[in-house]
Amino acid sequence: MVELYWLPKIDDWRERLRRLGADGAPGEAVALANARLDATQTNALDTMVSRTGIAPHASGDTPVRLALLGSSTLTHLLPSIRVAGLRRGMRVDTYENDYGQYWQELADPGSALHRFAPTAVLLALDARHLASGIGAAANAAEIDTALGEVTQRIRACWRLARDSFAGPVIHQLALPVHPPLLGGNEHRLAGSRGAFIARLNAALRSMADAEGVDVLALDTRAARDGIAAWHNPELWHRAKQEVSPAAAPMYGELVMRLVAARRGRSYKVLVLDLDNTIWGGVVGDDGVEGLVLGQGSALGEAFADFQDYARELSRRGVILAACSKNDEANALEPFDRHPEMVLKRSDIASFVANWRDKPANLRAIADELNIGLDALVFVDDNPFERDLVRRELPMVAVPEVSDDPTNYAQTLADAGYFEAVAITDEDRARSGQYQSNRQRKALKATATDLGAYLRGLEMRLLWRRFDRVGLARTVQLINKTNQFNLTTRRYSEADVLAVMSDERAFGLQLRLLDRFGDNGIIGIVIGRLQDDGDLVIDTWLMSCRVLGRQVEPTTLNLVAAEARTLGARRLVGDYIPSAKNGMVRDHYPKLGFAACGEGPDQEPGPSSRYRLDLATFVARDTFVEVAEEPL
Amino acid sequence: MTEPQIYDRLTPIFRDVFLRDDLVLSDGLSAKHVPDWDSFKQIEIIIAVEREFAIKFRTREMDSLNNVGDLVRLIADKT
Repeated sequence: MVELYWLPKIDDWRERLRRLGADGAPGEAVALANARLDATQTNALDTMVSRTGIAPHASGDTPVRLALLGSSTLTHLLPSIRVAGLRRGMRVDTYENDYGQYWQELADPGSALHRFAPTAVLLALDARHLASGIGAAANAAEIDTALGEVTQRIRACWRLARDSFAGPVIHQLALPVHPPLLGGNEHRLAGSRGAFIARLNAALRSMADAEGVDVLALDTRAARDGIAAWHNPELWHRAKQEVSPAAAPMYGELVMRLVAARRGRSYKVLVLDLDNTIWGGVVGDDGVEGLVLGQGSALGEAFADFQDYARELSRRGVILAACSKNDEANALEPFDRHPEMVLKRSDIASFVANWRDKPANLRAIADELNIGLDALVFVDDNPFERDLVRRELPMVAVPEVSDDPTNYAQTLADAGYFEAVAITDEDRARSGQYQSNRQRKALKATATDLGAYLRGLEMRLLWRRFDRVGLARTVQLINKTNQFNLTTRRYSEADVLAVMSDERAFGLQLRLLDRFGDNGIIGIVIGRLQDDGDLVIDTWLMSCRVLGRQVEPTTLNLVAAEARTLGARRLVGDYIPSAKNGMVRDHYPKLGFAACGEGPDQEPGPSSRYRLDLATFVARDTFVEVAEEPL
Repeated sequence: MTEPQIYDRLTPIFRDVFLRDDLVLSDGLSAKHVPDWDSFKQIEIIIAVEREFAIKFRTREMDSLNNVGDLVRLIADKT
């Protein structure tokens, strides 16, 4: 089932539709289109609009004349396309070719298609038509020839459409309707119709880029929603409907997003509420320390992940804004000093936090950015605020979201607000940031020796004493880390607080940055000074993500310096074996410690103790720069 | 589910599909009595019914439908 689930349900929709028949207000028709409509409601709204002769379209915006050309039944898709236009305040007139006659009508200047004079052409060829003549008996060479012929034929259609008419040409990629013959390795059977369609879609994608054609990626949608949501074989046999009528509302959405994008009518600004939308909790009540954000809980990770999606959108040209009911100082504080914030203050083009109502603040944001309210998408976890904004500012898109941030990113994607058909240099320049992981991997692939790679990473190990901001993450790491953990001692919040107040101990939280970004808190060390001048390393644990990057010797340099500050003469480290920490059995010998017999712990197995004389220890050179992290 | 209950839930579907609030369903009502009731509307009705009653029709069952009464009895069988 493909639902327009980001749109709100309107309780009295049925009654309002009937009143629309009597009153005929264009604004009301647009409002009714902006609801979670199923296929029946979509068709009913389309019928009512055409009965009443309502012609809503934004002033100065010429109606869209869309020709839907194809090889099977498409009539049932036209109402959904028109209603998806209505949803955007765009009037859409549609045309459908006589059954199967798409080529003839394109080629004949006297055809009804040419008389219609479309301003957008959508070529929707069904998969069975495209794979006709393909069969398992054919050999690879025959299939290659057939593939070439089909792509050439389609290119000829595109060029006819482009040369004859104004406006964009859109090509619908074929649905994977063919059941496989081999199975998972279907691509090895040259004559498989399913494999042929997959190859054809790939070929059409690159050809479309070259020809300036936009694709309607139904294959991608089917991969997400399941082919059964899009295609019902029974209805194909009954009525030659390749796209199921149940999926028609979504189909119309996908089509009109592309048309709107070509007209510059996609949304441009993502406005984010803050409390419980991009972090868990209310910063004014819970304080920065009390926020649920980042590693430490599923919820915190989900919020961080949503922030990451927003930042990715900004890097490809979507403008970010914040709209929060808060004292401004409180709202800014997490941006300044919460270590797990993905979004930075500099990512937010317009930051509005005060106690005025949200519609007023959205107006202020639009003013500041010098952009129309109809370019704004507003995400807020609070249903009250969403309703208020929808009522006061119907031109602002307000997706229905639950109180679970896990699905916020996918909801924005499914709603298609920011549909774009090209990425300009200007889009990229809007954010000077780079795409971290890809570049990190690319560097690893090109660096010829490890030293060059590590040097090129420009790593910085930022350390801080334990503090309340990092408390939750510290406790979480202490209680969760099993592998790179020398002693596997588990501590509560109270234990960690005790370390913080102990003058003869230190607790270090280590963060690793590199030229590609922030790896977060990746290491914890607790040291306790004994009366005899030994500094016992009570806890040393590290995230396995940063293995092999010289973090361990760099951390030792830091621990040695801290120990000297406390007046220690030797470092003492224990290895307590557990079922999972075999990887650090030789941790201390590798760092130059000398074995000195058994450690104090005999459970679960005999531990080993190691010593390092600080009088003779010389800090090792590494490619990791060390600095104390400012608060 | 009883037939009257089915009629109660079926009536709004038909009224929405044909956008006619004066439509009254009866056992013998069929495509020849309703001007717009073509094969597309028939499919629209079936899809809406499947959704409303959370059921699936088989091809043979769809072929066997001649009037509203047939549809009601089929729904009754499946619910």
